[in-house]
Amino acid sequence: MRFEHPATFNPIDQLKVIGHPTSRIEGPLKTTGTAPYAYERHDVVADQAYGYVVGAAIGKGRIAAIDLDAAKAAPGVLAIVTAENAGKLGKGARNAAPLLGGPEIAHYHQAVAVVVAGTFEQARAAAQLVRIDYVKGDGKFDLAAERDHVSVPDPKIGGPADTAIGDFATAFAAAPVQLDASYTTPDQGHAMMEPHASIAAWDGDRLTVWTSNQMIAWGAEDMAKTLGIPKENVRLVSPYIGGGFGGKLFLRADVLLAALGARAAGRPVKVALQRPLMFNNTTHRPATIQRIRIGAERDGRITAIGHESWSGNVSEGEPDMAVSQTRLLYAGANRMTATRLAALDLPEGNAMRAPGEASGMMALEIAIDELADKLDIDPVALRIANDTQVDPEHPQRRFSQRQLVRCLNEGAARFGWNKRNAKPGQVRDGRWLVGMGVAAAFRNNLVTKSAARVRLDQQGRVTVETDMTDIGTGSYTIIAQTAAEMMGLPLDKVVVRLGDSDFPVSCGSGGQWGGNNSTAGVYAACTKLREAITQKLGFNSEEAVFADGAVRSGNRSVPLAQAAGAGDLVAEDAIEYGDLAKTYQQSTFGAHFVEVGVDADTAEIRVRRMLAVCAAGRILNPKTARSQVIGAMTMGVGAALMEDLAVDKRHGLFVNHDLAGYEVPVHADIPHQDMIFLDETDPISSPMKAKGVAELGICGVAAAVANAVHNATAVRVRDYPITLDKLLAGMPV
Amino acid sequence: MTRVSFDVNGETHQLELDTRTTLLDALREHLHLTGTKKGCDHGQCGACTVIVDGRRINSCLTLAVMHQGDEITTIEGLGTPDGLHPLQAAFVEHDGYQCGYCTPGQICSAVAMLAEVKAGIPSHVTDDLNAPVRLTNAELRERMSGNICRCGAYSNIAEAISEVAGRSA
Repeated sequence: MRFEHPATFNPIDQLKVIGHPTSRIEGPLKTTGTAPYAYERHDVVADQAYGYVVGAAIGKGRIAAIDLDAAKAAPGVLAIVTAENAGKLGKGARNAAPLLGGPEIAHYHQAVAVVVAGTFEQARAAAQLVRIDYVKGDGKFDLAAERDHVSVPDPKIGGPADTAIGDFATAFAAAPVQLDASYTTPDQGHAMMEPHASIAAWDGDRLTVWTSNQMIAWGAEDMAKTLGIPKENVRLVSPYIGGGFGGKLFLRADVLLAALGARAAGRPVKVALQRPLMFNNTTHRPATIQRIRIGAERDGRITAIGHESWSGNVSEGEPDMAVSQTRLLYAGANRMTATRLAALDLPEGNAMRAPGEASGMMALEIAIDELADKLDIDPVALRIANDTQVDPEHPQRRFSQRQLVRCLNEGAARFGWNKRNAKPGQVRDGRWLVGMGVAAAFRNNLVTKSAARVRLDQQGRVTVETDMTDIGTGSYTIIAQTAAEMMGLPLDKVVVRLGDSDFPVSCGSGGQWGGNNSTAGVYAACTKLREAITQKLGFNSEEAVFADGAVRSGNRSVPLAQAAGAGDLVAEDAIEYGDLAKTYQQSTFGAHFVEVGVDADTAEIRVRRMLAVCAAGRILNPKTARSQVIGAMTMGVGAALMEDLAVDKRHGLFVNHDLAGYEVPVHADIPHQDMIFLDETDPISSPMKAKGVAELGICGVAAAVANAVHNATAVRVRDYPITLDKLLAGMPV
Repeated sequence: MTRVSFDVNGETHQLELDTRTTLLDALREHLHLTGTKKGCDHGQCGACTVIVDGRRINSCLTLAVMHQGDEITTIEGLGTPDGLHPLQAAFVEHDGYQCGYCTPGQICSAVAMLAEVKAGIPSHVTDDLNAPVRLTNAELRERMSGNICRCGAYSNIAEAISEVAGRSA
């Protein structure tokens, strides 16, 4: 199905099932521990051996020699795979550094060996006996030190390295009010609860992997490419994923080493990356240095806005596109952005929840707060004054929907923003200094092809198959709701099967594109199935109504169970998009409001209240969508207050590479969270009239926390995370 | 290899184990009770929480052979998809999870935590050690902080637990 024109009325608009806060259909499995995750598939293949991964102990250099004798002789060892004996390996199109290092080492904890043994304990013990001599090379590990030795990248996504509209330099120089400030964001880790894990089994030259991966087709393709085997020979299965956040978008070392280990051992092998390896072995969100310059009239209107960002990566790695939102969020005739990339030898930087906007909004939305201070204008009012309904770079391009102003106004009213004291450091509640902060939320809505297959059986059940994944986002449930709505069935008559490369290729889970696109693909397949049913029954497809488990036309009504006839009726289709994404700018919007308390003596920061108001197209399931947003708000609190992969600049590693050292929010850090969606449908985005929502929630929230801390203390911290040591010296006495 | 026997969810199991086997791996790899999750294997995340003789523990931090004769309850022992424990039902209703990987640990932890409160065991945030413990918002959040949820479902988890505990979050 081609989607070329804005959607008109369609079966989804009935909202009998769609739009309801349905509990997750897989909820009883997840809460009873019966949903099967990758490493626990005892059911799929017998005789599984265990792989234990050895990571490189240097940040840059090469292996001089490996001594495997002691490890090979250890009890239970079946095989040890290193780059020396793995055979020729290619590299996935989406991997920068090779997944199996040696002799060259690209980064710390790059996998250099997998030890396969009969039990986990044997594999772990033998792995300690692998002796590796390294020759350390000179690596570059310090972004700030490399800032003046950068290249102009050619980013694959997120726009060109340089953008310019009007005359930024002149307009900024002439502006009566100017802000010129620099901000830094640290390296951050995904830290999903389920480690990267895989079971691999060979049947002749055919490989099946049960793994934990957000993008099934990418994984299968890159696995085939890395192993040098045909793509048809790789099957990838991933029905349950214990969190991803971008960290499981790609083929990673666990699945490759499981496949290589299984080939070497001649039996199925399972591998989970050990938690202390994950932070350096896999990808992370790269640190940024950002400079923002804004020139404004005294009434608050922005006349010049410039955003520059520096980040680093390994060879072939991409920059963090922290400037992205600055091209679209606020009006202003004169604009510039610049993205620069330093060659660093730290682990590979890549996508993490809302790549680009998450880092960029952390800086931009403090800058707007600082500008409001300079102008003596309320920060909500300043944002409203600079709203734009068109793409500021291409004024003929309208936003398909843009309710930022309503988000801000409604949020301010609900949060009690009018009680905020604009003068910082004034409000006390016992030992706490109390402050409120606001930030806009912004993230683009991406449309991409997505396919599904639907089957109607003689029990009147519809089974949906697509390689779409559910990484906690609620895919199972909204896909079931979509099929139920389209076919006029109750939810329990729909079966959803996900995450298998044998199924039609979907959009997968990433970039908050999963919900809208995968359900639109199911919509397309169901439309085809409806046609097949009406055709078979000789009904006029224009008049046919699918409701209450039957199809009706005129005074004829046939239960769907009968319509299938002797065999199953199967339909497969994909949603494919025309150029509506070019003619309109499709984005999602929100406003974050945060209240913090800062201990007047210790500068300990506690988040006391949080509210997000979001406008993101039709909300297919308000319960699961809300969870996406509050979860992102939680991760945003982490970004604001604690998350920081500490770089050892001598040896080139993230030092705090486990869940004790890399602090993420826990229960005690997060208060009750309020979150509401504005009523919105966006017929430009897809037949579902929905948009992405899972990443919108993290964009801006860290800045809202930062602005609240400033309002509480009058101390402005521009280097994340905001920890008490950065406040103490400036605290009000 | 050493023999050990313990009860899991009311059933006695005799195992012959490598002494290095953690209770977590005994459950997951030997008894195929995979509801208990391995998130970090270092006692940092709480995903492996089980209840041993009424107390919640990180099963990755204890060796299986240390549990001769113990009574162990895992998530599988609390309820089934067709017969959910009240906390399991409350987690579904309040969407107290997303990816589901920390969920069994959260639920086992919450079951034992509510029992600790009932037994009057104080926590780091208990103001008055002589008064009965009240499950305030601060108490609930402090006591559950050993169970990380990276999806960030804390606000919903607190509501699910509160509903079962008969209070508002």
